[in-house]
Amino acid sequence: MDNARGVRGVYPAATTLQGVRPRLYWPITLAAAALIALLAYGVTATGNDTTLDEALAKGERVTAPVAELPRLGASGTGSLADEKGKVVVLNVWASWCPPCKSEMPLLERTHERISSQGGLVLGVDTQEPQEDALRFLHKERITFPSLRDRDREYGRKYGVSAYPETFLIDRSGRIAAIRRGPVSRAWLDQHLTPLLRERT
Amino acid sequence: MRVLIGLALILALTGAVQPKATLPDIEDEVMCVECRTALNISQSPVANQERAFIREKIAQGLDKQQIKAALVDAYGPDVLAEPQAKGFDLSAWIVPGLLVALTGTGVLLLARRWRRGAVDEPAVADLDPADARRLDADLAAFDR
Repeated sequence: MDNARGVRGVYPAATTLQGVRPRLYWPITLAAAALIALLAYGVTATGNDTTLDEALAKGERVTAPVAELPRLGASGTGSLADEKGKVVVLNVWASWCPPCKSEMPLLERTHERISSQGGLVLGVDTQEPQEDALRFLHKERITFPSLRDRDREYGRKYGVSAYPETFLIDRSGRIAAIRRGPVSRAWLDQHLTPLLRERT
Repeated sequence: MRVLIGLALILALTGAVQPKATLPDIEDEVMCVECRTALNISQSPVANQERAFIREKIAQGLDKQQIKAALVDAYGPDVLAEPQAKGFDLSAWIVPGLLVALTGTGVLLLARRWRRGAVDEPAVADLDPADARRLDADLAAFDR
């Protein structure tokens, strides 16, 4: 039979979150903060690196990143460091990139022109099967050497975000100019010609 | 019998290879390396090159795992849609597990608290003894 005491347990008014909240407050806050920090790190880590552009804008020449990379169409590895003492036109390209294809003849002519002046064009082929890249070079009769940056790790050190991108490296191995997009004859004349006249 | 031998001969002569994989089966597990979207929804030049690469490997008779390995060799590990178990990608494996564990713990704590509250704590303030006696009497009269 129901009575006043029997009714007591039917409506558990004390099932509010009182007493639970303080215990869960810090773990929930910490977990949320950790998630936000992770998200922020993910966004900044995958964003474009503009360090080199900012240094150049201030008139500074930053030492160009170097790495041992496989030679495209040849055995062994090569590096920008092997070309110290030379002016290097470092061009990041891929055969699937139409603007890269368009600027290749100009880069080939530039390579031929500056070879006798202590300079060279060094390609960095990115994210494609080696056979496709070699087929393209053969078809376009490109003779300047290229290295293979298979997973774009090397390009990231230069803040490469699109293709093609070109970096002019002085005889001391420092970045003197950056072109994020296709190069033109005028841009090369403006930046490359004075660089070739510099001595270490 | 002659027909079968003839067919086998034709296959051997033409070098025809039985495909062990299909493009749609691979496309949804591979990324367009430039657009960072799944290959099956990408239409950029590099995506087209990746598809041509996969078709070529299918025609050579490679199976799905072999084709994925060839893709990694050509484009790097980022070509696979599945996050790697290292670096920042590791968080894609850890965070969901942590969230499930945290949510489970929270639900458990709440449930325990709710049950304890239901048993221990009074629902309403105690009745005045006189009111309780009157209520008991009324209920007893009602039962009759």
